[in-house]
Amino acid sequence: MAYLDHAATTPMLPEAIAAMTAQLAVTGNASSLHAAGRRARRTVEEAREALAESLGARPSETVFTAGGTEADNLAVKGLYWARRAPGGGAPARTRVLASPVEHHAVLDAVHWLGEHEGATVEYLPVDAYGRVHPDALREAIERNPDDVALATVMWANNEIGTIQPIRELADVAREFDIPLHADAVQAFGQVPVDFGASGLAAMTVSGHKIGGPYGIGALLLGREYSPVPVLHGGGQERHVRSGTLDVPAVAAFAVAGQHAAEHREWFAREIGALRDDLVSAVRAAVPDAIPGGDPDGRLPANAHFTFPGCEGDSLLLLLDAQGIECSTGSACTAGVAQPSHVLLATGTDPDLARGTLRFSLGHTSTKADVEAVAGAIGPAVERARTAGLS
Amino acid sequence: MTENRTPQQHPRPLRVLAAMSGGVDSAVAAARAAEAGHDVTGVHLALSANPQSFRTGARGCCTIEDSRDARRAADVIGIPFYVWDLAERFREDVVEDFIAEYEAGRTPNPCLRCNEKIKFAALLDKALALGFDAVVTGHYATVVVNEDGTRELHRASDMAKDQSYVLGVLDDRQLAHAMFPLGDTLTTKEEIRAEAEERGLAVAKKPDSHDICFIADGDTRGFLADRLGKAEGDIVDADGNKLGTHEGAFGYTIGQRKGLRIGTPAPDGKPRYVLDISPVNNTVTVGPAADLDVSGLTAIKPRWCGAAPTGPGTYTAQLRAHGGETPVRAELVDGSELRVTFDEPVRGVAPGQAIVLYDGTRVVGSATIATTERATAAA
Repeated sequence: MAYLDHAATTPMLPEAIAAMTAQLAVTGNASSLHAAGRRARRTVEEAREALAESLGARPSETVFTAGGTEADNLAVKGLYWARRAPGGGAPARTRVLASPVEHHAVLDAVHWLGEHEGATVEYLPVDAYGRVHPDALREAIERNPDDVALATVMWANNEIGTIQPIRELADVAREFDIPLHADAVQAFGQVPVDFGASGLAAMTVSGHKIGGPYGIGALLLGREYSPVPVLHGGGQERHVRSGTLDVPAVAAFAVAGQHAAEHREWFAREIGALRDDLVSAVRAAVPDAIPGGDPDGRLPANAHFTFPGCEGDSLLLLLDAQGIECSTGSACTAGVAQPSHVLLATGTDPDLARGTLRFSLGHTSTKADVEAVAGAIGPAVERARTAGLS
Repeated sequence: MTENRTPQQHPRPLRVLAAMSGGVDSAVAAARAAEAGHDVTGVHLALSANPQSFRTGARGCCTIEDSRDARRAADVIGIPFYVWDLAERFREDVVEDFIAEYEAGRTPNPCLRCNEKIKFAALLDKALALGFDAVVTGHYATVVVNEDGTRELHRASDMAKDQSYVLGVLDDRQLAHAMFPLGDTLTTKEEIRAEAEERGLAVAKKPDSHDICFIADGDTRGFLADRLGKAEGDIVDADGNKLGTHEGAFGYTIGQRKGLRIGTPAPDGKPRYVLDISPVNNTVTVGPAADLDVSGLTAIKPRWCGAAPTGPGTYTAQLRAHGGETPVRAELVDGSELRVTFDEPVRGVAPGQAIVLYDGTRVVGSATIATTERATAAA
C-alpha cells in the first residue's frame, strides 16, 4: 500500500496516541470546580499553552473547536454577524471578501451568508496558481472600505498546494481595520505559521491533518475580536464556543502541534525532497501531465497534476487497484466527481479540470511510495485515456 | 428447465464491475460474484441531475440514500466502490426518449432502454476500457455459453422473477460481457433478503423499487405535463362523440382504464378503456374492452441475441415487463421490420413497448412495437 492522501488525513503520531489514551482513562469536566475538574482544566490549559506556542499565539487567543470546519464556520459567520450588527452607532457591514479557491468549509459558509444573512459575497481574483494578489484585496476593499465585514483567504491550498501571501494580505486588511481570516489547516506543520506575526484576525487549524486526533481543531482569534457564537451553551472558550471540552483530544492535539512545529524544517526538507522525486517520476512517465499550483511557493508535501484526456475518477480506480491511495483533490459528499472549483477558478478548462490527481505526502511517506507511483502512473494514464471522458 | 444447458461458468477469476443501485438484488449479485472469486469493483450510477447543493453542477444520484446504501453494501462485501456520473447520457438516451415517445402517443419502457444504452453500453464500454472483463447486475436471467463460445440469454430459473424481458435488447457482444449471478436462483425474494441479511447487508429489508427511477413520486402524467405542458383535448368514442376532456393525450396508455374521468357512463354500462391516442389532433379514443383485442403487430428496430432468423418461425412472445407468454408466428421483413401474428387475440398492446421473442426459455430477440392490427374493427 502506498498511502498518498495525507492531506485528507495523516496517521496519528504515537506520542499523540499515548497522550490521548492516557487522558481517556481520566475523569473530569474542565468546567467543574472540584479536584477532578481542576485536573482536567490543568490538562486543557497546558495543552492550550503548548498549542499556542507552536503557532506563535497567546493561550488566550486559542479557542478549541470540534475541527477545522467548525473553526472556519465560527470565524466566517461569527465575525460577519458581529460586524453586521456592531451596535453603538457603528455602520453595519455586509460585504464578505473571499478567495474562490477556499475549502468548502469556508466557501459554503460565505455562500450561506449570502443566501440567508444578507451578505454580499465577492470572490477575489486569483492568478493561474490560485494566488490572491494583495493589490486585488486592496482594490476590492477600496471600492467601499466601510461595508466590508471580513475577508477570508486560506494560508495554503488543499488541492494545488499554492501558498498565499498571508502577511501582505493581512497588512492590507489591517490598514482598513478589516479582519482577515485564514484557513491554515494544510499550512500548519509544512510552512512557518506564526499567528502573532501574521497580522491575521483569525486562523483555523485542525488536529488530524498534523498527526493529532479527528474531531479537534482550533480557531486562533485575536483578543479584540468577539465573533457571535455559532454554538450557544455553557459559555466555554471565551463564550465563543460552548461545549464541554474534549480533554483527551485537546491533549493529543497539543502534542501533535508541538511535533509539527518542531519537525517543520525536517518535514519541508525530507518530505519535500520525496515530493520532488514523485513529481519528476510522474513527468517522466507522462510527459504531457500538467503540474498544478505554484511550482515554487507551494506546500512541500503536495503534488498536483492534470492529465489531459483522462477522468480523474478513472485514474483513482486504476491506482487504487494497484494499492496506491490518492485523491482527485476535490472531495464530494455525494460521491459524484465534479470539476474542482479551485481548478476552474485558476482558469482551467472544465474538461481538463476533470482529469486531476493530488498526491499528498506526510510524515510516514517513503521512497517506496514514490516508486509505486512511478511504476503505476504511466499505464494507468494510458488506460484511463482509452476510457476517455464519459 | 428440461433442456440440456450449462449456465455461464468462468474458469478463471474475472475483473468485473458490479452495478449497484442501492437495492438488495444488486448487492447480493455483487456479493455472489466476489464470493465466486472474481475481482469485483462496485459502481453506483448517478443518473439524475438533481442539484443537491449550490456547488455548481453538483449532482445527486437517483437518491443520495441509494448511493449510500450501495456504498455501505460494497464496504461490507469488502470491494472498492465508486459513483460514476452518467446523468448526461441517461438524460439524452433514456429520459428524453421517454418523453418523446409519450409525446408521439406511444408507451416506452425506459428500463429496456437503460439496459441497452446505459448499463450495457456506456457503463460496459467504460468498464472494458478500464480493463474490466464484464458488468455484473442483479437481474434475474441466465446466460448460457454454447460449445462454440457463443452466448444465449435465457429466462431465469424462477419464471416468477424472470427479467429476461428487459434484457431482450442485448446483443451477442453485450451478453459476452454480462454476468447475472441471481439468474439461476431458485429462491423467493424472501430468501434473497435472508441471504442479504446473512451476508450482513443492511439493504436486506429495503423495499423493492417498482416505479420508474427518474419519476420519484410515481406520477408519470405529472412528470410529462411538467415537460410537455398541459394541452387540453377531447376524449371521444369510436364514432367521434365527445365524452370528456383531457389535459394532454401524452398522459395516456392504450388499455388504460383508470383516470379517464368521463362523466357519462357507457350505454351498456361496461367500463371503457383507452383504445387509441392521436397526438396529431390531441385526441384520446375510448371504448369497450373487446375493442382492445389485437391479432397482430408490426415492430421495428429488431435486435437479436445471436443470428437473425432467416424465415418465418413460431415463438412465444412477451409484450410487457410482467406480462405472460403468448404463442406467435413472426417473420422478419426487409431485415428491419418484424411482422407478428398472434395465435389468439391479445388485449391491450401499446405501440412503443417492446416485444421479446422466446424459443422455449431462450431469448431470440426483441423489437419495438410500431403498429397493431385490431382483431375486431372498431364499430
